[in-house]
Amino acid sequence: MAEYTLKVRRYQPESGESAYWEEFKVDLDPSLSVLDGILQAKDREDGSLSVRCSCRAAICGSCGMKINGQSGLGCKTQIGEAHEAANRRNGGGEPIVVEPMGNMPVIKDLITDMESTHWEKIRRVTPWLLPHGDPPEREYVVEPESMIDITQSMACIQCGACVSSCLSMEADPDFIGPAALAKAYRFVGDPRDAETKERLHDLAHDQHGIYDCTHCFSCIDACPKGVAPMDQIMRLRRKASEQGIHDDPNNGHNHMNAFVKMIEKKGTNDEALLIQESYAPGIKGKLKPSKGAIKGLVESLPTVLRAIKTGKARSLSKLIPGIHPKLPGGAQDEVKAIYKHAEEHREEFNIYIKGEDDVEPEPDEPTAAILADEAKAAADKGES
Amino acid sequence: MSNGPIKVAYWPGCVSRGFTSELHGSMALVAERLGIELVELDRANCCGAGIIAEHNQELADTLNARTFALAQQTGLAMMNICSTCQGAQSECQQRLDADSSYRAHINEVLSGQGLSYEKGKDGFTNKNFLWLLVEDYGLEKLAEKVVRPLSGLRVGPFYGCYVVRPKERLGYDEFPDRDLYLEQVIEALGGEVVEYDGARKCCGFPVITMNRETSLRQAGTHVGDALDAGADCLVTPCPLCHLNLDMQQPEAAKVVNRDLGLAVLHLPQLVGLALGAEPKQLGMSKHIASTGWVEERLAGAGATA
Repeated sequence: MAEYTLKVRRYQPESGESAYWEEFKVDLDPSLSVLDGILQAKDREDGSLSVRCSCRAAICGSCGMKINGQSGLGCKTQIGEAHEAANRRNGGGEPIVVEPMGNMPVIKDLITDMESTHWEKIRRVTPWLLPHGDPPEREYVVEPESMIDITQSMACIQCGACVSSCLSMEADPDFIGPAALAKAYRFVGDPRDAETKERLHDLAHDQHGIYDCTHCFSCIDACPKGVAPMDQIMRLRRKASEQGIHDDPNNGHNHMNAFVKMIEKKGTNDEALLIQESYAPGIKGKLKPSKGAIKGLVESLPTVLRAIKTGKARSLSKLIPGIHPKLPGGAQDEVKAIYKHAEEHREEFNIYIKGEDDVEPEPDEPTAAILADEAKAAADKGES
Repeated sequence: MSNGPIKVAYWPGCVSRGFTSELHGSMALVAERLGIELVELDRANCCGAGIIAEHNQELADTLNARTFALAQQTGLAMMNICSTCQGAQSECQQRLDADSSYRAHINEVLSGQGLSYEKGKDGFTNKNFLWLLVEDYGLEKLAEKVVRPLSGLRVGPFYGCYVVRPKERLGYDEFPDRDLYLEQVIEALGGEVVEYDGARKCCGFPVITMNRETSLRQAGTHVGDALDAGADCLVTPCPLCHLNLDMQQPEAAKVVNRDLGLAVLHLPQLVGLALGAEPKQLGMSKHIASTGWVEERLAGAGATA
């Protein structure tokens, strides 16, 4: 048993007062959870302390919260570890900070309203199967291998921890968000679904869809089930491009395509070429600005002008697309050969599904020690 | 902690030689003063910044395996100066290291070029300058090199997502305090750490061409929060963060509808100042947000000392 201090963000709308912090001293084994600590405080000190929970085993997804700023499940975070995390910087004396999930309105204390920022967005992505024709008389029959790809997104328990942590949603509340987009991939990748392309088109053409993710990895660290929502969003982008959806209003495909082509040609980033090709691909033939491209180009002009003024972008290669040097020697040809090989294969290696085969071999010493122990035990046995 | 001189296979990345060329220059200067020898990987290619992986994972993995193989040819540990390079390369390395048959498949094309990426060869590591500074160079040794303590300079750390998350991929099991190193370095240099909300958040750069308003709101909010907390400047180990926080700062100010004007230093620049280098040598005049206030603060500290 050990004593911990929980600093909980309290909010009771019926009181008419604003939110406030309250500290609770709890006494429990370090291997128990932060949720256990909250329930002990509720039991012993203040029955009005409100938290949503049910299974206490990271299955039901009810107790999403922020612990020391990190979104996750209260029942899956050990209180001893949370205490250590809170005290990493100052070396001791700091309480474990517990808050309701972010990006959501608070109903009371640690209970949030998930309707507008989670469930509405989940419904937004049509989270059910849209099959080919009439359903079969019995079950759908598909190869088991064809379903493995979506098992990662199927592991979601709808706890909302990823939504709570999402830094894109913090700046743009209209972003469809990590949970809903991971759910979207669950159907895009399902071999029984007939509307793959329509789904991808819809998600790419929503200005707050797949190209609104800012790649911050917060959802990956928040998810208690290893869904890695950001990885699913990147796969949606890949599939959208592969399906020929190239005219999204965010210019996402064009930017990606310009970047990929540029590295094949130059090996490193040619900033002037990247800006030009992102907004107006194929300028060398004739100017074909994409939707919103002229606006984007014009908006970036003041930034470029300032950079010229301070000397940041005063060299010609930073201003004129295409004169940035290639890699030296035969290095650029090596890069091109890699492109040729990889673009043919396009293998996707997912550690979640395939696991790691490279388990480090056990060092020899312990093995030898174990053998010696066994030999000794055998000898002892023989003696007795 | 190494007692002897440190020599690394150095991958500067693209942006440090592009729109933030002051970073490349200040790293060279600081390395010399610290006694870190840089063997530049001039044949290596872009890390893909997550964008190539988004298009074709195998392509990104092979391109970065090539960079690792070039580094392994030198027999040295690899160092980068860009959070984004670190994150994108670590992601590929995690997949390459996970499975021997996948690695063999990737090495097929590299072998035609006389290259091969071998897991764990000579204890191969790839570390951002920030990690190397704390884990290999050592904060004590760094503090000994300080000739102009940053006394009174209030510095806000800004990490860049790619060196903070995902923890499981970025070596936090072995080095759990990697997301506290900027604070430790600021203190070792004699500066004062400013706590503010944005230190480990996203600068918004990855969506600057795709959702400009969201991107600039992120940058503007973090700069504003740091100003409200009393920061004299920010420091970052990521040149892409620098683009959004510094180069786009006047545009970000319009989106968040407030005056900003906060200097954003590259990590080697902050170290360089404490080692006695002049702001001009460190290319600080190239920044968009003026670094004048930082210089005044340091001059003031020098006068009172």
